[in-house]
Amino acid sequence: MPSAESPKLSRRTWITTTSGVIAAGLVKTQADAIQLIAQEAPTDPTKVPGRLVSEIGSRAPSEQPKRLIRAPALSSSSRTPLADLMGTITPADLHFERHHAGIPDIRFEDHELLVHGMVERPMVFRMSELMRYPQVSRIRFLECSGNGGGVYNRERMPTEVTVQALDGLLSTSEWTGVAVSTILREVGVRPGASWVLAEGGDSAVMSRSVPLDKVMKDSILAYGQNGERIRPEQGYPLRLFNPGYEGNTSVKWLRRIEVTDQPTHTRDETSKYTDPLGDGTVRQFSLVMDAKSVITFPSYPYVLPDKGWWEIRGLAWSGRGRVTRVEVSTDGGRNWSDAALEGPILEKSTVRFRHLFDWNGRDTVILSRATDETGYVQPTVEQLWEARGTRTSYHQNHQRAWKIARTGEVTFGLGDLV
Amino acid sequence: MSQWSNRGADVAKLSVVSLVAVTLMVACGDTSETFSSGQVTSAEIAMPGTAFGLPANAPDRFDFGAEASEQRVAMWDIDVRPDGVGLPEGNGSVQEGREIYNVHCVACHGLTGTEGPNDRLVDSEQWENVPTTRTVGNYWPYATTLYDYIRKAMPQLTPGILTVDEVYAVIAYVLWMNEIVPEDAVMDAETLPAVVMPARDKFVIDDRVGGAGIVR
Repeated sequence: MPSAESPKLSRRTWITTTSGVIAAGLVKTQADAIQLIAQEAPTDPTKVPGRLVSEIGSRAPSEQPKRLIRAPALSSSSRTPLADLMGTITPADLHFERHHAGIPDIRFEDHELLVHGMVERPMVFRMSELMRYPQVSRIRFLECSGNGGGVYNRERMPTEVTVQALDGLLSTSEWTGVAVSTILREVGVRPGASWVLAEGGDSAVMSRSVPLDKVMKDSILAYGQNGERIRPEQGYPLRLFNPGYEGNTSVKWLRRIEVTDQPTHTRDETSKYTDPLGDGTVRQFSLVMDAKSVITFPSYPYVLPDKGWWEIRGLAWSGRGRVTRVEVSTDGGRNWSDAALEGPILEKSTVRFRHLFDWNGRDTVILSRATDETGYVQPTVEQLWEARGTRTSYHQNHQRAWKIARTGEVTFGLGDLV
Repeated sequence: MSQWSNRGADVAKLSVVSLVAVTLMVACGDTSETFSSGQVTSAEIAMPGTAFGLPANAPDRFDFGAEASEQRVAMWDIDVRPDGVGLPEGNGSVQEGREIYNVHCVACHGLTGTEGPNDRLVDSEQWENVPTTRTVGNYWPYATTLYDYIRKAMPQLTPGILTVDEVYAVIAYVLWMNEIVPEDAVMDAETLPAVVMPARDKFVIDDRVGGAGIVR
């Protein structure tokens, strides 16, 4: 990938010594000169001093993965470059974004969390106070329930589409904070309580109702992500994190938790994030993200340069627990083989799968399907259409297919083979 | 961190103990998550209903936060429920709402609530199975959600600018545009929760459960 930002040095600069650079007035010190020279890879890196240490690291100039923003001026989401990533952890600066009224700027010292409602003692916590509570960390995926919505419509099935554009509203991080159960123990939940309302401090005051059992079981008031303070676009200084639930419930910039005996039926759990099923009913509070997998390599726009051995790679996850199995088909779904899973296999986290494939150079279609510990198998799109109709906008976790043409070109979908 | 007291230092020490325990588990090749299956490390005690343990010497209460006064709660407790809890004193009519709407809402939602560019508010489509366009009129199950949402998030560029009466009024107008309330309707803490939205009975709670052979 070419780097647009890195300064270019002329070929002649390479033969200039560091003192020459200094003499030429380009920089003042030898350290600066080394820094300048090392910005472009020399022909022989063993013959040029390397760069010095730095306070903040940066990626290699030729490695610049970026989030995808589809409509730059007005966009309220950006997508993780899944095809550029390895392992399971998403670098924090590439974690997908979805905001409902932009990213608020909040000072750590000023932020407060109010916990009230059906509790013995309503309390307000400053961030420094929340951080004194016993700290927990969990590696968990976060997925927007609208992820994959672009490939559900029967009439408009795209072929030239990247895995980032399709399923990039998925990221995995180590989330650190205080267990919600610890804070609810502190305020004392009253008998009869069954839900909580979580409310953000952004200008949409984004609010979601979450079952009390859920937040007690494994939700986190997160202030850390992948070893650092959570980033502004992920809810700095505090977000609710509900493992395995649709991303919207993990309310960012969290300022209030109200313990209640009923859901509040906010806008984002009635007019949005609900599923009209086609039988006249609308499914509400469809909170858990069902098992899903995506092949990240090979995928559009990659072109396989040659037949022979290739490793198909991808990610699998389930909001209901651990992924127990991922199968891969290299013949359009006729035959399936177990893919290798890279441990540790954590519940409600992504797992990396891989399957060695000896491509014979002919047209074919590759697919993956995940099974989770409940026995649930990632369905086909036809099974979802059958169960829910074709007009839902969320939770489209059906199997993804990539067609490999004899030219090596990879495109989305089953193509005309199946 | 200077705000950490001696007690905080004890907690930090215990975290180190837990960390060592986890590291040992991983080193032994145990890829299962001991914490999440409801067990905890030897340094912690299990708590009912949660996958998280607490340090064995944790006090009944840490008391790090401050008790929130009624006034403090009232300042932020602005949500509104379908039973009307949370609705403030005040009222607004369809006629008053028309003026508010034409000043604050028309740019994003259009003169008749159908033109956009943002969410369409009005649609007369009577849907048998699935609506093509999901609007306040044909999709929103509770009228109270309008109060909760508009007070918090609208108008988009100047949220919170509308008074209590103005919010009631603009809701009355939007409901009238959708032919849900008559032209002389007045919305207040009594009448708004009593509005029956056309899509109310269509909403059902999620019945997906996971499991083999199940696609829902």
